[in-house]
Amino acid sequence: MSAPGKLPRWAELGLLPVINLVVALLISGVVIKLLGESPVAAFKLMAAGSVGTQEGIGYTLYYATNFIFTGLAVAVASHAGLFNIGAEGQAYIGGLGTGLVCLWLGAWPFWAVLPLAVLAGAGFGAAWAFIPAYLQAKRGSHIVITTIMFNFIAASLMTYLLVNVLIKPGQQSPESREFAVNAWMPSATDVLARVGVTFAATPLNLAFGFALGAAVLVWLFVWRTRWGYALRVAGENPAAAVYAGIAPPRVIIGAMLLSGALAGGLGLNELMGSQHRILMDFPSGAGFVGIAVALMGRNHPAGIIVAAVLFGALYQGGSQLSFDMPKINRDMVVVIQGLVILLCGAMENVFKAPLAALFAKFGAKPGVG
Amino acid sequence: MSDEAGSATAPGRNSDGAAGAARAPALELRAIDKRFGAVHANRAISFAVAAGSIHGLIGENGAGKSTLMNIIYGFHRADAGEILVHGRKVDITSPQGAIAAGIGMVHQHFMLVENFTVLENVVLGVEGGALLAGGLTAARRELEKLARDYGLEVPLDSMISELSVGLQQRVEILKALYRRAEILILDEPTAVLTPQEADQLFKMLGRLREQGKAIILVTHKLREIMAITDRVTVMRQGAVVAEVMTKKTSPRGLAEKMVGRAVLLQVDKCPATPGVALLSVTDLEVRDRLGVPRVKGVSFELRAGEIVGVAGVAGNGQSELLEALAGIREPSRGEIRLGGRELVREQLDARARRALGLAHVPEDRLRMGVVASFSAEANAMLGYHDRPRYGRGLFLDGAASLAGCEAKMKEFDVRPAQPALRISAFSGGNQQKLVLAREIDADPSVLLIGQPTRGVDIGAIEFIHRRLIALRDAGKALLVVSVELDEILGLADRILVMNGGEIIGELARAEATEEKIGLMMAGVRGEGGA
Amino acid sequence: METYTLIVLLLAATIRVATPLLLAAIAGLFSERAGVIDLGLEGKMLGAAFAAAAVSATTGSVWFGLGAGIATAVFLALLIGFACITHKGNQVVAGMAVTIMVVGLGPTLGLAWFGLGGQTPQLDGAGQRFTGIAWPGAAAAKEMPFPGLLYSELLSGQNLIVYFAAALVPLSAWIFYRTRFGLRLRAVGENPHAVDTAGISVNGLRYQAVIISGVLCGVAGTYLSTAASSGFVRDMTAGKGYLALAALIFGKWKPVPTLGACLLFAFTDALATRLQGVALPVVGVIPVQFILALPYVLTVLLLAGFVGKAVAPRAIGVPYSKEK
Repeated sequence: MSAPGKLPRWAELGLLPVINLVVALLISGVVIKLLGESPVAAFKLMAAGSVGTQEGIGYTLYYATNFIFTGLAVAVASHAGLFNIGAEGQAYIGGLGTGLVCLWLGAWPFWAVLPLAVLAGAGFGAAWAFIPAYLQAKRGSHIVITTIMFNFIAASLMTYLLVNVLIKPGQQSPESREFAVNAWMPSATDVLARVGVTFAATPLNLAFGFALGAAVLVWLFVWRTRWGYALRVAGENPAAAVYAGIAPPRVIIGAMLLSGALAGGLGLNELMGSQHRILMDFPSGAGFVGIAVALMGRNHPAGIIVAAVLFGALYQGGSQLSFDMPKINRDMVVVIQGLVILLCGAMENVFKAPLAALFAKFGAKPGVG
Repeated sequence: MSDEAGSATAPGRNSDGAAGAARAPALELRAIDKRFGAVHANRAISFAVAAGSIHGLIGENGAGKSTLMNIIYGFHRADAGEILVHGRKVDITSPQGAIAAGIGMVHQHFMLVENFTVLENVVLGVEGGALLAGGLTAARRELEKLARDYGLEVPLDSMISELSVGLQQRVEILKALYRRAEILILDEPTAVLTPQEADQLFKMLGRLREQGKAIILVTHKLREIMAITDRVTVMRQGAVVAEVMTKKTSPRGLAEKMVGRAVLLQVDKCPATPGVALLSVTDLEVRDRLGVPRVKGVSFELRAGEIVGVAGVAGNGQSELLEALAGIREPSRGEIRLGGRELVREQLDARARRALGLAHVPEDRLRMGVVASFSAEANAMLGYHDRPRYGRGLFLDGAASLAGCEAKMKEFDVRPAQPALRISAFSGGNQQKLVLAREIDADPSVLLIGQPTRGVDIGAIEFIHRRLIALRDAGKALLVVSVELDEILGLADRILVMNGGEIIGELARAEATEEKIGLMMAGVRGEGGA
Repeated sequence: METYTLIVLLLAATIRVATPLLLAAIAGLFSERAGVIDLGLEGKMLGAAFAAAAVSATTGSVWFGLGAGIATAVFLALLIGFACITHKGNQVVAGMAVTIMVVGLGPTLGLAWFGLGGQTPQLDGAGQRFTGIAWPGAAAAKEMPFPGLLYSELLSGQNLIVYFAAALVPLSAWIFYRTRFGLRLRAVGENPHAVDTAGISVNGLRYQAVIISGVLCGVAGTYLSTAASSGFVRDMTAGKGYLALAALIFGKWKPVPTLGACLLFAFTDALATRLQGVALPVVGVIPVQFILALPYVLTVLLLAGFVGKAVAPRAIGVPYSKEK
């Protein structure tokens, strides 16, 4: 009774994303070729720049930290059947929470600031996700549109706060004063030095550990808790959820709160870990990369870590590329990101059907009738 | 029955004198065959419909009527067979082809644009020019004429959403006539109508017959067949089992053919010894989303140690009743009492009701009873995932859910016994066994079961029936909703028959016969007489 | 008199901001009324802006630029159509993806072709831009404040695309409500099954709708880079596509109210620029950002049913398949 178009699980989770990525890279290769550069040389440069050196690895993982947070945010919502395009705004507002704690309580010892900064980031992010969630659950407003709107509202709000409230007195550019050193997330260099490992100075910091921890927690939550189970049931089949006594509106709100909280983690890396102040547009698109990462990682934390590191490498490699190939800039990476979203998220049927046909022809029977 | 059965009969009532062609039936099907994967939906279907006649097509749900109509209207392609219109072979590959061949169809779910006017809906697809104005004026004139000729008055400038269901159906008929349909197919046209509206519809169809149209009435209601058709074709399990002149048959005869003399499953069972009432329902009313009452003032009791069967043609309120009892739908009125609690006023959801000992096997397994993309293991705790046995605190215990699933699989002989396999990879019978196992596992006092053996293979049917009777003997109260008469007769100790949202009659098993139930299902109150 | 001049200038600014917004909103209207969510407005506009500026700079003719802008946006629309109509992909994801892709592709190609850090060269040659068309007597009318200033600043002196956008509203209303195509388009967004059973191709109609959306986005993008400014700069749409989406929702998926929403949103934008740092009586200085966020807040309130009720086309976002 295996329906047509069904793939074995390993192919669905492993093979399909790889095929999508390869196609995305092939298309990008064609673009690079059209620009008059050698695709092979370009990809080699990117690989070398992203994972070939300690600096490269540091930057790659630093970018990946942001993408893990936002990827997890998108994935949790997705498990509940919701498309959260608002991770960007939630990360922005969440970062504000973290930033405020660091600004105000920077004099406290680090061990006291850290938990408050984490809580504030998660809380602010969750709060920003709550309104679209509530409107979807109780009033049926389409969450895609409301979260987009909330991205813009967040941007306006933050611009206002930075220009009028948080700006460092006597300064032109709209950013806050620097956090006190106590409120800085320890850098990877420092942490590794303690255990006797020397690592190049990069923005990579302890927040990476938090991101990995968040991934583990999300995995535990989604697959190992009763709430996670209820969330998946409601996301896959709302009718079955009602049948089982799970109220979809509560799941919608709960999932979005968690999603916003995860996006709020970005501030730990970007503000506490790297910039050490609040500045304009610090998420710089990570919320949207999160969509690509979640789609490619098939909404599984392990897949998301892999995809996030991959995108981190692309971002870092892209910067490197723009140094060495003056005709190509970092925006090439955004093209690849768009292609991955398109291929994984909107065109999966294009590849699925032929692949399934191939399996049906040559492979073993995937299911038992 | 056979190929010739229909073709040689029923001359058109208003033969226009053109020799030969006028003799040919308006529509003739020859050996139409269609498979969907393993399902043989239509098996060499042949029959013919004369112009100026109403031809009934009757059969139980799943008999293949809809597939056949979809083939005639060009939604599906037959694997084999031919369609002849007025004696000429036609190749219908799309609705457009059907329209061109003079075939019009009134679907069970109306194909209307709700926020368009009647006029706009009628002209959609045949606007008569790139600009609307001219075409609309011409259409208005023609529709006014059609309305006069056939008695099909509809306010042309009203929005569809403002019209009653009966009027909406009239728009569908007008659509077909406006496209010059000579052959009109109506798929379960009275399913959504009040009895008065249905009578009006039949009058209208009578006038269309007089005008020489060929009409196919697809239904599972015997009363309608008897009231209006000239001939009737009976389908069962994808094949034509009989074709007769309506005059020469009786509801009893048709019911027999429709249900068939399939082997009545006789599961060994001693007489019931009902105990105290566990579930009592008083004056329950359930409305659908549009506010239409689907269950009307239903009252009954369910006692320990008995199986009560709810019989009825699909769509007569059984599903809504079941869902209201299970806590999925909110009733608009009435009481449901279980274990000293009143469930409606307390607004207990499905989970709270399970905690009180009310389990539920839903009618539509794949829509509601399982999550298709989940493993058998994950499905085996659906609705019970917050029970202590499946974990500690917030966390689920993987070993416990695995063990739970394995135990259920073993006890109910679910094959293959692989908890990690996606539930959609199991056969219908094995899915159902797992759902049943899950619901029984928590030792409920009351078990609601919708369509216990829908899509379940013969071997599993017997197994499931045995288990249900064993539960009864263990003192549980069971409510079985089924559209399969055999199943009701085989399982139930007491039978409630639903029609139009009401319990139209109650029979003890000893006094129940297929005929009696069949007539009640068709809306005939009381006992016996047709 | 001072206030009067201020108002006229404010209205003139409103028209300039409203034009691309309106073009994109009407583009989205065609797509969404046919049942295809148009989250790609931003991307299609941005792609067109780049192509138009690049071709205009290269060929010296803004008309070739317009052609390239339209061609690019239509190509992107077809890409979305291929994913969503033919292969029943997720419409929201497809729109997002195309937008993100273009955000990257514009500067990438720009850098490679022109070496100006992702921008296109300044369009300062004759015929490389759409410029204002002075109506007869406009200069003279300016001397006579009322109604002359209205004539010279609002009616006269706009470029062709502005007039096209203005004409587009009655034109699209006429198409939607007076033509066969419009009837079918509205029907396919409400109940594609009804369209299919009426013997009309659902996919065919939806493709036509997304192509029209592409054409209009092409014009909108061309306006941004060759009329409102003189060349392409990175991210020059700056969310206008999403604002247009908000406008068409706020306009309840109808042409004339959508025009109203675009004008309202554009006016808030123009006002925000004017009010920058200006202290008003009673309320004092209103932060510009709050005014700029107003369109989004209004749209959220509308979607939540707090100000009126927007009813989306019923079949929007749902890929069509024959089986229900």
